[in-house]
Amino acid sequence: MSKMLSATAISLALMSTTAIAGGHCAAGKTLTDGTLTIATGNPAYYPWVMDDAPESGQGFEAAVAYAVAAEMGFAAENVTWVRSSFDEAIQPGVKNFDLNMQQYSITPERDLVVDFSDPYYTAPMAVLVGAGAVDTAPTLDALRELQWGAVGTTTAVPKLTAVIQPSNDPLLYGDNADVNAAMSANQIDAALFDLPTALFLSAVMIEGSKVLGQFAPDLTDNPDQFGMLMEEGSPLKACVDEALAALTASGELAAIEATWLQDTTGVPLIK
Amino acid sequence: MANAKAAGMTRREAYEAKQRRRSLIVAASSTIAVVAAIMILVPMAPGWEKVQRSFFNGDVLAQTFPKLLDAFLVNIMIFAWCAPAIAILGLLIALARDVKSPALFPLRIFGATFTDIFRGVPVILTVYLIGFGIPGLGLPRPWNSPYIWGSLALILTYSAYVAEIFRSGIDSVHHSQRSAALSLGMSERQVMRDVVLPQAVRNVVPSQMNMLIALQKDVSLLSFIGPVEIFRQAGVFKSLTANFTPYVGAAIIFLIVTIPATRYADHLMAKQRRDRS
Repeated sequence: MSKMLSATAISLALMSTTAIAGGHCAAGKTLTDGTLTIATGNPAYYPWVMDDAPESGQGFEAAVAYAVAAEMGFAAENVTWVRSSFDEAIQPGVKNFDLNMQQYSITPERDLVVDFSDPYYTAPMAVLVGAGAVDTAPTLDALRELQWGAVGTTTAVPKLTAVIQPSNDPLLYGDNADVNAAMSANQIDAALFDLPTALFLSAVMIEGSKVLGQFAPDLTDNPDQFGMLMEEGSPLKACVDEALAALTASGELAAIEATWLQDTTGVPLIK
Repeated sequence: MANAKAAGMTRREAYEAKQRRRSLIVAASSTIAVVAAIMILVPMAPGWEKVQRSFFNGDVLAQTFPKLLDAFLVNIMIFAWCAPAIAILGLLIALARDVKSPALFPLRIFGATFTDIFRGVPVILTVYLIGFGIPGLGLPRPWNSPYIWGSLALILTYSAYVAEIFRSGIDSVHHSQRSAALSLGMSERQVMRDVVLPQAVRNVVPSQMNMLIALQKDVSLLSFIGPVEIFRQAGVFKSLTANFTPYVGAAIIFLIVTIPATRYADHLMAKQRRDRS
């Protein structure tokens, strides 16, 4: 019996491989046949999506989305974009997207409810400090004494409590814009973000702020890995993973990263 | 036995007792039928298992419930200092709208404008505007705390509603009582303090109870500007577990507080109706 099953599995795998060669491994598995529907945030933030316009293919996630789509056999004009919140992505029931890309960190708990593709980016956590705290030493002891903030719906919250263990209870917010407002109002000294987001906020959004440093991968017990979110048991997963594997092997994923996330180098490590 | 008991009743009492029993049986069986239908039909829906896993997950509930209770202390704290402030400010605004002296007309305008603005603007906008806006002016710590300014936003909004309720209470005291008191030689101030207000406040206690219940839930709006109260804590758990059960846990905690409070308000209202009739 199990032999028969594995034989079927192998032949299925073979079939899907041939299908990929034909560029149609996703055939019949998407919401609308011949179209790949991808969800992003509302709004979608730089540098993941430039100018909140994912259709342009500008920005890291937008570029990866089109590259993956191409690998899966979808031309650019056959990719449609929808917007979704985190809650919409994890609600039980029918989804309005094939793939959802908005810096979703892969965690085992989330994986019980939805499916994730293999990671397309590994994001170090970084510390953003407001104008009043730019002179803080980049050490855990000094950071502990600051008033912390974070976006409450992100994996930054458990990192904050586990790694930094602040002396004061952190304040939590709904989105990046609210953290920005709180930092501008000097209600918080520091906030924890993934590095590219922290760099963007300090460069463009919050006057006088600075990225103090990033955490070495071994400090954050498992570095945040972003995956594309799919409905639990999505038939597309194998296809997406293969596309990502091909992009990684060809170096295209690294090239996209270099194009859109290049300034993440040179940020000091926090000790 | 039943006959022997019935023998002690008049025919009318026996008939009424029978009617009562009958309506009790009908009410019980219809309730059982509805509950049974829900319990049987809902799980038959194709997505039930997924919904159950996402919203009614025992493991997630057990894991998060104690921390949700901790976070609820923050709600109670904020509630505890907002409620008295709202009662006082609401009463002052109501009095401001009731002043009769022409020289104090600006006070009436102020009262009317205040209620118009804070009743008309969504609470969440007031919370954002005052909670981020005023600290943004450059106040030093700890005076820029979101607890202070977020609470002020709640106090202003709820005072506007509470003032209107107090005003309706003041209006409900018949004008002849004021005239009678004035004719006894009492000053306007004494009339208000000793004659009108004691009756007015008593008349509006049930409505004010409803405001307390509403305030108790709206304290959660402060989570938008930073404080980690129960709603935000539930949201954190929601995103970590990708499961909505923590919100259900928060709802349970809210219900434990609000259901007795609502029943008590109902009781007060029924009592008031009885007293008046």
